[in-house]
Amino acid sequence: MKADVVVVGAGPAGLAAAIAAKENGADSVVVIDREERPGGILRQCIHNGFGLHVFGEELTGPEYAARFIDKANALGVRFLTETMVLNISPDRVVTAVGPETGLIAIEAGAMVLAMGCRERSAGALMIPGSRPSGVLTAGTAQRFVNIEGYMPGREAVILGSGDIGLIMARRMTLEGAHVKMVLELMPYSGGLKRNIVQCLDDFNIPLKLSHTVTRLHGRKRLTGVTVAAVDESGVPIKETEEYVPCDTLLLSVGLIPENELSREAGVEIDPTTNGPVVDSHLQTSAPGIFACGNVVQVHDLVDFVTEEATRAGRAAAQFLKETSACGGWKTIAGRGVRYVVPQTLCGDGEDKTLFFRVSGVYRDCFTVARCGDKVVARKKRPICTPGEMERLTIKGADICGDITVTVEGV
Amino acid sequence: MEMRKLTCVVCPLGCAITAEVEGGKVLNISGATCKRGEAYAKTELTDPRRMLTTTMRVKGAGLVPVKSSAALPKALLMPSMEVINAASAQAPVRPGDVLIADILGTGVDIVATDRA
Amino acid sequence: MIYDVAIVGAGVTGAMIARELGMCDLSVCVVEAEADVASGASRANSGIVHAGFDAQPGTMKARMNKRGNEMMPEVTRELGVPFEECGSLVVAFGPEEEKQLDILADRGMANGVPVKRMSGDEARRMEPVLSRDITAALWAPTGGIVDPFSLTIGAMENAMSNGVTLYLNSRVTAITRTDGIWELFAGDNRIRAHWLINAAGVYADDISRMAGGESFNIRARRGQYVLFDKSMPVRTKSVIFGVPSDRGKGVLFSPTAHVNMIAGPTAEFVDKEDHDTTREGLQEALAGVQRYAPAVDARYAITVFAGLRAMPESHDFIIERSKSAPGLVNVAGIESPGLTSSPAIAEYVKELLEEAGVRLDPKPGASRIRRPIERFSEATPERQRELIAMDRRYANVICRCEQITEAEIVESIHRPCGAKTVDGVRLRIRAGAGRCHGGFCMPRVMAILARELGRDIDEITKSGAGSWILDGRIKEGTR
Repeated sequence: MKADVVVVGAGPAGLAAAIAAKENGADSVVVIDREERPGGILRQCIHNGFGLHVFGEELTGPEYAARFIDKANALGVRFLTETMVLNISPDRVVTAVGPETGLIAIEAGAMVLAMGCRERSAGALMIPGSRPSGVLTAGTAQRFVNIEGYMPGREAVILGSGDIGLIMARRMTLEGAHVKMVLELMPYSGGLKRNIVQCLDDFNIPLKLSHTVTRLHGRKRLTGVTVAAVDESGVPIKETEEYVPCDTLLLSVGLIPENELSREAGVEIDPTTNGPVVDSHLQTSAPGIFACGNVVQVHDLVDFVTEEATRAGRAAAQFLKETSACGGWKTIAGRGVRYVVPQTLCGDGEDKTLFFRVSGVYRDCFTVARCGDKVVARKKRPICTPGEMERLTIKGADICGDITVTVEGV
Repeated sequence: MEMRKLTCVVCPLGCAITAEVEGGKVLNISGATCKRGEAYAKTELTDPRRMLTTTMRVKGAGLVPVKSSAALPKALLMPSMEVINAASAQAPVRPGDVLIADILGTGVDIVATDRA
Repeated sequence: MIYDVAIVGAGVTGAMIARELGMCDLSVCVVEAEADVASGASRANSGIVHAGFDAQPGTMKARMNKRGNEMMPEVTRELGVPFEECGSLVVAFGPEEEKQLDILADRGMANGVPVKRMSGDEARRMEPVLSRDITAALWAPTGGIVDPFSLTIGAMENAMSNGVTLYLNSRVTAITRTDGIWELFAGDNRIRAHWLINAAGVYADDISRMAGGESFNIRARRGQYVLFDKSMPVRTKSVIFGVPSDRGKGVLFSPTAHVNMIAGPTAEFVDKEDHDTTREGLQEALAGVQRYAPAVDARYAITVFAGLRAMPESHDFIIERSKSAPGLVNVAGIESPGLTSSPAIAEYVKELLEEAGVRLDPKPGASRIRRPIERFSEATPERQRELIAMDRRYANVICRCEQITEAEIVESIHRPCGAKTVDGVRLRIRAGAGRCHGGFCMPRVMAILARELGRDIDEITKSGAGSWILDGRIKEGTR
C-alpha cells in the first residue's frame, strides 16, 4: 500500500497535520491510530477549555476533536483506527497491524509523527513501601472514569499539581470521591491558575506545595500514604512526615514524549525535550519525516498543538513536491531556558517562531533571542513560569547564525 | 462588611485581588491590574458560576460526555451531578442533543458533547 | 482421594519438584497459600544462575548449585524459558578485596567451577562501564541469567499438563497424620497424601513444626531491588558482583532475561510479612551499583520491589527426609543459590523418595517439554500473517510498549495455571511490563480478563483477593 502522507496518531496533532497536508496538495493522506475512534487523548478530556485561540470558544475535548475529524473526513482523509504502528523504517515504510487490515506495510511519500506522550509511571518515582493496587497515573484514572465508567477509588490523594492532576481532583470529587489533598514537589504549581481555583479551591481540596509522598502502605490495596514536606533540593524532611489514610493515589508527575517508533526510524532525539530534533518546518533529522504535538515537546494548550501540526502537515505536503534541505543554524537554550523548539533553523529567509520553556518562575523579566551579540527579538514578560510555553518570533533577515534564547533582567 | 481575597484567573499574572463585599454587593476592588480582572472579581464574589462537564449514562451504550449549556451557580454543581447521575439518555445520542432541559430550574441545559 | 505426594509451596522449588514427580506415575498436588505461583522469593529475586564458585565446598548449597547450573541450559530449553549464559564477574576495589577474590577462586576450584582471575583493565575491556577504581576481577563464564517467574510458571504448566493438580489460595493452617496419611487443612481444602514435601519458603519452619518434623528456624531476609528501563545506556553483558561480606553476596548489577538492568539486592532481617522497600534500602542498592558503574542514572528506574529470602540458621539448604516425621521431606532454607539449584533440588528430592521405597515408574505419555506462548512481536512477518490468519486476535495489539497482542493475553489466561489477575498477565506475557508500565494497557487487560473469566471488570484484581482496582461503576455508589 502507498500513501502520499502517513500520519501516526489521530489526536489533535495528527488531525491538524492530516488536514493541512490535504489542503496543501497531498492526494492520499492516511492517519493511523490505535483507538477505535479518532481524537486521541481528547476523547477522555471531557472538560472544557480547548479552542479559545483557534475557535474563540471554550470547547470540551470531544467537541474540539470533532471539528477536526469532521473536516478531515470531508477532505477525504483516510483513517485506519484500531491499528497499531509496529515499526517505521528510515525510508518511510510503515508497518502496522489491526483486526481489520491484518498486517500491512504502507510506503509513505512523507510522514508526520504525532504519537503524543505517555505518563511517567508510579514505579519510576521509586516511592518506598508496599506495592498495592490503588496507585495509578491520572490519565489512566481519567480513562477509567470517563470512558470505561468505573471509579478507581473513593478516598484519594493526588501527587502532582499539573493540569491532569487538578482536572482529576475535580472529576473524582464530582463523581463522589473524597480527594483529601493534592501534593506538589515544587514550591509552585505546574497547572493553570484557573484550574487551581476551579478544581481545588471550589471543592476545598488543599494544595500542599513542596510536599511529596514518601511511603506507600497497604499489603493488597493502598490503605494510606506517608506525606512529607521537602527542602529546596526536593529531599523529604523526616520530621514533617504525616500519615494520610486513603485508598487511591493518583500520579500526575510528568509526561514523556512517546518516541520509541521515532528512535527505531533513526530519528535524532533531543535529550532535553525527549522529542525529535526538528527544524523550523518540523522536519526531523530523517528526510520526509516530520513531527508535531506532544511527541516533539509537551504542550499546555491544544490550540498551539493545532498550530504546530498545521505547519508540519503543510511542510509534509510540500516535501512531496520538493525535498527541502534545511541545514543552517541551531537554537540554544541559554540562561533561564530549559529547551527551545525547533532545534534547527532553516536558512530560507522566512520569519521563525521559537517555542521554549523557562526553567523557573521569573517575574518582571525579558525573554531575549540573540544571534551572536545582536538582540534579534525581545519580549517584556510580567511573569514566566515553566508551566506556560513561551514564544519569540525572529525576522528571517536577522538569522545570521545560531540563536540563543535567554531570560534576562530578573 | 467583609474583606474578601481572591486570585484572578483571567490571565497568567494571577493578581491578588482584595474586595469589600457588603450585602451581596462589591463596594471596592483593589489589586486588579486590568478591567477584566475587576469584572472577574465582581462576578466571582457575588454570583460565582461554573461550567459543569461530566458524563451521563446512555442506555445500552455506556457513557456520553456532557456539559452545561451555560455556567451554573457554583452551589448547584453537586446537586446537578445528582440529577445527571440519576438520569440516563437513550441511544442514539448526537453532539448537541439536550439530555436534561432546565436543570434544577436554572434555565441551563445539559447537552451531549459527543455521540453515543 | 489420597495423593501420593503433596507439595506445600508453589515457588520455583515446589514447581520444579512437581515437574520432576509429574514425570512419574504418581498422583501429585501442589498446595499454595497465595493467588498465584511464585508469589514469594521466586518472583522477587535477581534471576541469576550462579556459577557456584562462592558456595562453601562440601555444603548442600555447593552441590545443588553446581548441578543446577549444569542442568539449567537443558531445563530452560525444555520449558521454553529465556536463559543466557552471560558469565559472572566479581570485581574488587584494592588489595583487601582482592584477597576475597583469591578465596572465591580457591572455592571455585574446590567446587569444580571454572574461574579466571583478571586485572581491572581486562575487566574494563570486557565491560566498559565499570569503574576505574576496580583493580581486579574474577570471571566465571558459567554464570547466567534466567527469568525466575517464567521458570516457575514453565515448570508448573509442564507439571500440570502431566497431571499434577495445583491448589491456589490454600494456606496450610494445620497438618495431621493418621495411619500413615497426611491431612492438610489448606484454605477450603482438605488434602490427603502419603508423602508431604515442604517447600514453603519463609514458612517452611512453621510447616515442619505443624507436621511434627524437625524444629529449625527460618528468618526472612529482605532484598530490595531497582529495575531500570531497557533504554538506560549504562549496560553490562555479564552479571557484576562485588566481593561477598558477612551480609551475603551483596548488591549486584545485572542484565535481566528481558534486557532491563537490575540493581540489588540489599539484605535486612524483617518479619515474614514485610515486603516493603525503604528509602535507605533503595539508596543502598543504587549506591551499590554506582560503585561498580558510576554512570548508572536513577532517572531510568521503572520500578522497585523487595523479596524475602528464606534464611536457615544453619546457612545451608535443609533437604532431607524428616527423622521425627516419617513421610515428610523438608526442602527448607532455599535462599540464594535457590533459583539456580531448583532443578537439582527436584532431582535430589526424587532420589530421596526413591531411597525411601517410593515407586517412581515413568508416567506413560508424560513429556518434559513445555512450549512457551508464542510471541507475535518476535515472529517474522510471514509468521505474523499466519498467526493472524489462524486467530484475528493476533492483529489486536494491546500492550503497545512490549507489542503484546490480545491472542497472547487470552492464551496466558487459558493455559494451565493461567493468569487471573493483572499481575498474573504481566508476569506471564509481559503486557504492562514495559516503559509505560500498564498506563495504557491496564484497562484493556482488565477488560480481557473480565471477558475471559466471565467476571465484571471491577472484580479483576492486581494480585488476588484484597487488591481490587476499581470501586464500582461510576454513579452507582461504592462496593
